[in-house]
Amino acid sequence: MNRTTRTFGSVTLGEKLPPLKIDVTAGLIVGGALASRDFTPVHHDKAAAQATGLPDIFMNILTSNGLMGRYVTDWTGPEAALKSIEVKLGAPNVPGMVMTITGEVTAKDDAAGTVIVSVSGDNNVWGTHMAGKVCVALPKES
Amino acid sequence: MTPAETSAFEAKIRAYVGREMGPPKRGNDDVNLAMIRHWAEVTGDENPLYTDAEFAAASSRKGIIAPPTMLGIWAMEGYPMAQGHTGKVDVQRELHNIFEAHGFTGVLGTNTITEFHRELRPGDQVISHTVIDNISAPKKTARGHGYFIETVTRFTDQHGQDVGRQVFRTLRFMPSAESVAANQAQSGGDAKLKAPTRIQSPRGHDNAWWWEAIDQGKLLIQRCKRCGTLRHPPRPMCGECQSLEWDSIESSLEGEVYSYTEVSYPKFPGYPDPLLCGLIQLKEGTRLVANIVGCVPEAVHVGMKVRGKVERVDDATVLPNFYPA
Repeated sequence: MNRTTRTFGSVTLGEKLPPLKIDVTAGLIVGGALASRDFTPVHHDKAAAQATGLPDIFMNILTSNGLMGRYVTDWTGPEAALKSIEVKLGAPNVPGMVMTITGEVTAKDDAAGTVIVSVSGDNNVWGTHMAGKVCVALPKES
Repeated sequence: MTPAETSAFEAKIRAYVGREMGPPKRGNDDVNLAMIRHWAEVTGDENPLYTDAEFAAASSRKGIIAPPTMLGIWAMEGYPMAQGHTGKVDVQRELHNIFEAHGFTGVLGTNTITEFHRELRPGDQVISHTVIDNISAPKKTARGHGYFIETVTRFTDQHGQDVGRQVFRTLRFMPSAESVAANQAQSGGDAKLKAPTRIQSPRGHDNAWWWEAIDQGKLLIQRCKRCGTLRHPPRPMCGECQSLEWDSIESSLEGEVYSYTEVSYPKFPGYPDPLLCGLIQLKEGTRLVANIVGCVPEAVHVGMKVRGKVERVDDATVLPNFYPA
């Protein structure tokens, strides 16, 4: 990660963030579920996931949320501050898929010094896994 | 369920709306470096404010902070509650148990809205105050018939100060019998999920020859044998002289953009993003719909010179693509 931080003034409305590809592996799904203290069986037990009609274990929403937050702060740099994240899930992420995360600056609030990045995470098999908005405060100057 | 059973069930679950999950609860673990590092590792988050003490100390934060997306994690119940191993169940688990007992065995987190009011640091306590805010009307979803349960959690710290808020929506659903059967049937073979290919070209009596040439790496243009007029897409009769006799020539693949559009929503699995569809005016005179690739959408303009290449775009598909010349 780049350790310098973007300033509020340097960000333009409509700016696109570089895409990030995430290999969705069983390791990432189980690791994310356990690191988020989520022991719901569908996130680590394939038979339990199949009993709910899915082919395999699937990523929990907290991991998706964490990846979305990371995606935006990777771009802003460390001195930015996350203010809010809204995540809506669509198609599940199951092992073997590749999720590509993309984002675009869709709002700037001069008074608050915050920008809103609209983020989409699309997997290569079923399409949109997550869509959301991340509000992040940026320093006025570096 | 019969209508009477459904209304009894709905009365039971609706009685939970507005109820607190229990008394305010301090997280099992206070904010700590180990859990922060585990989370940063798995999400691939290299933000030095989370894991690099030296960098964090020199930053505006003057020390390590927890990734804000961990807010709800500090309040998670952990293994015993999820496995039902614990003697006491909280109000939320009680509600979920009612859903399960009525066949709504599927569970899926579908939305979160999280606000961060203060960054958390190692040593902070996180106390959660959760209310079951809403249960939706019954819904038909892609996963099956079910209900959305929405909880609202207010988080405070050891000083009683507000640190954040989270709305969490969960779908409880009755898995559809067909999808369960389909997925259990394939579990033995462990069929790999296949990424979709492009929608395959429809090949009929009058156009299969054209697609077969594409498969061989050639872009052909149909030509009237009588008057020599070129035409595309392939069809049986010449529009100029009505002759049914035809042959073809191979295109030079040189041309320019006659018109174009960017398909931006929705994104299609199996298709590139951005997806640029061009109407290409070939040097020979006919026009062809094809993707414009090898440049950003902003660079494309009407009249742009392009050069085509017939190439494999996925396991099942060969197509002519046009690049900036």
